[in-house]
Amino acid sequence: MAATLVSLRGVVVRYGETVALQIATLDLHSGEVLAILGPNGGGKSTLLRVMGLLQRPSDGTVMFRGKNAFEGNLLRLRRRCATVFQEPLLLNATVHENAALGLKLRGLSNHEIARRLDPWLERLGITHLRGRSARSLSGGEAQRTSLARALALEPEILFLDEPLAALDPATREALLRDFQGILNESKITAVFVTHDRNEAFSLAGRIAVLHQGRVAQIGAREDVFHRPASEIVADIVGIENRLPGVVEDCDGRYVTICVNQIRLRVAGQLTPGTRVIVCLRPESLMISRDNFRASDSNRLTGIIKGVLAGLMHQRITLECDGLPLVALIERQPCVNLKLAEREMVTITFSFSAAHIIITHQ
Amino acid sequence: MQAPIISIGLLTLFLGLLVATGGHSADGASRNVNLSTTTSTQDSGLLDALVPLFEKQSGYSVKTISVGTGQSLELAAKGDADVSLVHAPSLEKRYVADGKLQNRRLVMYNDFVIVGPKDDSAKIAKLKSAGAALKAIERASAPFISRGDNSGTHNLEKSLWKAAGIQPSGSWYIESGQGMGATLGIAQERNAYTVTDRGTYLALERRVTLPILVEGDRTLLNIYSVLEVNPANGSRVNAVGGKAFADFMVSAQAQRLIKSFGVEKFGQPLFVPVAGKREEDLGV
Amino acid sequence: MELIWHGVLKAVELVFSLDVEVWSITWRSLQISGCATFISLLIGMPLGIALALARFPGRGTTVALINTGMGLPPVVVGLFISIFLWRSGPLGFLELIYTPTAMIIAQVIIAFPIVAGLTMAGFQALDPKLALQLLGIGASKPQLLWLLVKEAKLPLLAAVMAGFGGVISEVGASMMVGGNIRGETRVLTTATVLETGKGNFEIAIALGLILLALTFAINFLLTRIQQREQLRWPRLS
Repeated sequence: MAATLVSLRGVVVRYGETVALQIATLDLHSGEVLAILGPNGGGKSTLLRVMGLLQRPSDGTVMFRGKNAFEGNLLRLRRRCATVFQEPLLLNATVHENAALGLKLRGLSNHEIARRLDPWLERLGITHLRGRSARSLSGGEAQRTSLARALALEPEILFLDEPLAALDPATREALLRDFQGILNESKITAVFVTHDRNEAFSLAGRIAVLHQGRVAQIGAREDVFHRPASEIVADIVGIENRLPGVVEDCDGRYVTICVNQIRLRVAGQLTPGTRVIVCLRPESLMISRDNFRASDSNRLTGIIKGVLAGLMHQRITLECDGLPLVALIERQPCVNLKLAEREMVTITFSFSAAHIIITHQ
Repeated sequence: MQAPIISIGLLTLFLGLLVATGGHSADGASRNVNLSTTTSTQDSGLLDALVPLFEKQSGYSVKTISVGTGQSLELAAKGDADVSLVHAPSLEKRYVADGKLQNRRLVMYNDFVIVGPKDDSAKIAKLKSAGAALKAIERASAPFISRGDNSGTHNLEKSLWKAAGIQPSGSWYIESGQGMGATLGIAQERNAYTVTDRGTYLALERRVTLPILVEGDRTLLNIYSVLEVNPANGSRVNAVGGKAFADFMVSAQAQRLIKSFGVEKFGQPLFVPVAGKREEDLGV
Repeated sequence: MELIWHGVLKAVELVFSLDVEVWSITWRSLQISGCATFISLLIGMPLGIALALARFPGRGTTVALINTGMGLPPVVVGLFISIFLWRSGPLGFLELIYTPTAMIIAQVIIAFPIVAGLTMAGFQALDPKLALQLLGIGASKPQLLWLLVKEAKLPLLAAVMAGFGGVISEVGASMMVGGNIRGETRVLTTATVLETGKGNFEIAIALGLILLALTFAINFLLTRIQQREQLRWPRLS
């Protein structure tokens, strides 16, 4: 079992009357990458700052390797971590001077600084920029400098607050891939805040969904993205098809749920009469023109209301007997099918593709 | 952050340090003599010759505070000066009557003159009486610049108007509120009449081309007196030092210096030493 | 005008003939205003930084006071300090009136709000997240302050120049609390007033020119330091 690096217990952060953050319990384990996902204003940055020992909570304790962080030598503990923010926030100096700053603050010699920093400049592809003024860098180059600055410190934990949000899509892609490589290679423990689902899913092993200052769900990325615990989480992780219904029947392995007078079979065990929400990821819906139905799939018919083009996917909005559905079909097959508005098509999804959320009255 | 408190603390600390280094010891205080005098006295340059001589002989260190006559006398009345050298007899007598100043002794006099435009629209040239000249100026409503600053010169000018029975007012009567040099400058620019002391007039000879139109009248005498400050005016009055300076000003040595002052520069002395004489005896 | 030209010639003559009086007056001006500026920096800069970065009760009032202080008429400052320092005043026992120390005190009161106000503005112009980021890479509080000061170098140097410029050129307070006493409290500005009053315009202009040259030289030096950075703005055509 990996060591617990940071533990939050009963942490509350208040700004005046408003409660910005309320975490009953949260643990960060050595070697993991934790994503904090959620909409803006949900307290993600506050949580990151508390975990990074940059902000003292109004209530509660933050433990770093078992010791109460805010009651010990805070500076020493803080220096074992590094935080990177959305804007590069570089000083008016050269790239090298900026990237070396963290090491310089710790009093290392120039020789030592070069030894630790140069490999990271290389890894992030900015060695050729070291003499340049920070003001003359592009967004991507600046953010790479900021990352080099943090990584050169070889922190026990790396904290990142929406590190890619300020970048244009192309730069973001490139840096995302690089960063993914770095995380895999160095096995560094990292916590990052994002509102981008793709980023969260690609980089993190565990995801905490934050909503209005509380952890709505925390778990492995598969669980969070495919088995949301509540409608709020389902919304945040991009499950657009949320169909309210009632359990009619259960045969031990599957349940039959009545949604708008349509019967759907979904894997699971529930008592009949339970009110539920059936969650379907748009990617899990398949569209065809034939009537073929596999034995483990539900089949519906519906009318295409709209087809939105996308680079990798086409987004199809449909209506099935009054039920609105959204499907995300890969572009090429979609083009091949020549799907058009007002067409009647067949929609299928397997029994295990759906996830059930029990609604509390 | 408690920084503003720290800042105020630093401020107090530094002021305290300054005070510690800047203040004089008790011994030093008695070596200091504060002389309050007027700007025109200072401007004449006479004190630049007399004061160093006094300092060398007596060992006192003189601080010459040259301000307006009114302020000069008020400083003395508050005990902020130890001795005063001014030239406003009527005002001086009032302060002596009130007991603020004492032992008034004449030192010297210079005279005032009335200058004005070359074309002399009010026709006052060569008039023997200053009063008659002022009456003529008022009748002609000719532009006249007054000091307007309650200085010695201004007081003399006011007494002249009073003696002539005139209360000057109107757009022709302009109050500059400034020193003699500046007032003369204004008179020059506006081609107007004004009353000035001869010393300043001579000093500005190059720049002021208005000719002297009336001079020599007894009422135009500018009498300088030295007065000692009553030690009761303040706890820190250096009565001994003040008296030493006053004594010096009427000493033979100082009077000799006064008699010859200005000859080199202007060809004529600026002042007439009159220590020991009585006011009624003065006159040309 | 030939008066100004004669003034220039007079200035050259006074300076190069090593006229004792002029040199001592000049040196005294530098000493008094330099000292006052230095003290103003020690008081004003931390205050300005605190106002920019911290939140505390009474901050708003302090900012308003500082902003008012920036526009204080020096002669009014002089008058009030005189009232305190006169023998007849509450601090008369300190015997500071008509001394260079009194002038320094007056100049500090004139300059430190300027320094504080400009320092505050300079720090407020920094990205508010910068401080957090620097903490995030392990800066201690003193290190953080030092880094922010370096980042705010431009406006801080402007504050120094403004503070110095404000006091070396002021005459009202210096006259009132100093008394323009020869050999003790006469400085370039008060000497200029004196010579003008006497009608010695050439000398007055000469002194004025010396003051300008002095101020220019010091500001030139500070500007070189300030502008040594690369220009941030691209050439706008």
